[in-house]
Amino acid sequence: MTTLEIMERISIDRPVPPQSEKEAKAGEAKISVRHFDFFYGSVKVLHGINLDIPDQQVTALIGPSGCGKTTFIRSINRMNDIIPEARAKGTITIDGRDIYAPGTDVVALRRRVGMVFQKSNPFPKSIFDNVAYGLRIGGLADKRSLREHVEKSLIRAALWDEVKDRLDDSALALSGGQQQRLCIARALAVDPEILLMDEPASALDPTATTKIEELIWELKANYTIVIVTHNMQQAARVSDRTAFFMLGRIVEYSDTKTIFMNPKEKMTEDYVTGRFG
Amino acid sequence: MQRHFDKDIEELKDLLLRMGAMVEDSIMQSIRSLLERDTALAQEVISNDDRIDQMELEIDRRTLELIAKMQPTAVDLRFVATVMKVTPELERIADLAQDVCERVIELNREPPLKAMVAIPRLAQDAQGMVRAALDALVRRDVSLARSVITQDDSIDQQTEQSFRELLTYMLEDPRNISRAIRLTFIGKYFERMADGATNICEMVVYLVEGKMIKHAYGTAHNR
Repeated sequence: MTTLEIMERISIDRPVPPQSEKEAKAGEAKISVRHFDFFYGSVKVLHGINLDIPDQQVTALIGPSGCGKTTFIRSINRMNDIIPEARAKGTITIDGRDIYAPGTDVVALRRRVGMVFQKSNPFPKSIFDNVAYGLRIGGLADKRSLREHVEKSLIRAALWDEVKDRLDDSALALSGGQQQRLCIARALAVDPEILLMDEPASALDPTATTKIEELIWELKANYTIVIVTHNMQQAARVSDRTAFFMLGRIVEYSDTKTIFMNPKEKMTEDYVTGRFG
Repeated sequence: MQRHFDKDIEELKDLLLRMGAMVEDSIMQSIRSLLERDTALAQEVISNDDRIDQMELEIDRRTLELIAKMQPTAVDLRFVATVMKVTPELERIADLAQDVCERVIELNREPPLKAMVAIPRLAQDAQGMVRAALDALVRRDVSLARSVITQDDSIDQQTEQSFRELLTYMLEDPRNISRAIRLTFIGKYFERMADGATNICEMVVYLVEGKMIKHAYGTAHNR
């Protein structure tokens, strides 16, 4: 990256809060989960989850299939609300406010808490329109302003250089890795504070995976990132903290290096070393 | 669940143990060559050192291969790290046994010095520490490892004591000087073997407990 590009990138970033406020927030929990249970009908799938997810860090959720990671990550922006008979108990607070409190504006919540899925899901529209979609729904109509926002989001998602000359092409013509970064750009366009990623690289080749991981590293300076991954090495590479889920419970939550070098729980050790079974 | 990886780990462990046995042998024979003034045996130890060097290379190769292919984590990672730290330690101990033998060959060209003072005991103690360190490693026995580490002070004292006694020989008669200096070196070699045993034991604690205790940095680094 040239110096000019770096400067451009810095100048288009979100305004930095005053230093004192930022310092006070550094390391503070952005998301606080307390005694959180989740049910599908009568089946309880999450049991008493307690978790503090720090601001401007990457928190990885690992665990075998069906352990509740995805249900949990989808609880953070109330994505599970659309499932009939799904029910939550306990609290999840973001910046101290309970997102399950009555009267919570779910649409506003999802604007603050963006999500990227395992399989990239661009709309069958142009690259530009994909990124502009949320902005238009949010009421932004000014063409120039839209263009600026789209460009900014694509730069943040490390896709701009690859698509700047063909913004009107269909998003479906992009490669898998590019489509995934487009989805990240789309999530970033509405200026969220938290980014949830549910196996964002599991359908990608190693090169595309590396690009996504590098991107996660860059994004954490401005966002709180929660990532679900089945790839142990990926969790080890990209995250600052790791929570190990098992049968709907958190077995261990710690610094990533502790989880991968010296876990306290036997079950965690068996899982990260692949002895599980 | 049994993993294919476990077989690689087992093989690596076996190789390390074989190397350990070879190193123990070298120490034992170096002591014998010293006490019995056996130049032929000393030469044998020196020529055997190549085999130990080869073993080190083989273990290095396998360890790197295992990291590249398996990306070990948790206790597997600590085991691989331990092997990578212990192997050169063993190789260095074998080199020290070889150094002892080189001094023995030189000493044997002259008549024996009256007594070798504290050196035989120092040698036996150092050998015992290396053996105990290897046992602790095999059995992942942290309390044995810690007890070996505490013996290191006594070795240092014995080295100091033998040096002081050898100094009196040198003051007594200048013709003793070259032999006394060679024996001083030998005392130092055994002391460093014991240091190697201590380092191995520190890695045993790391392997089992995940705590780095060397340089007394343990507390600060294990929070």
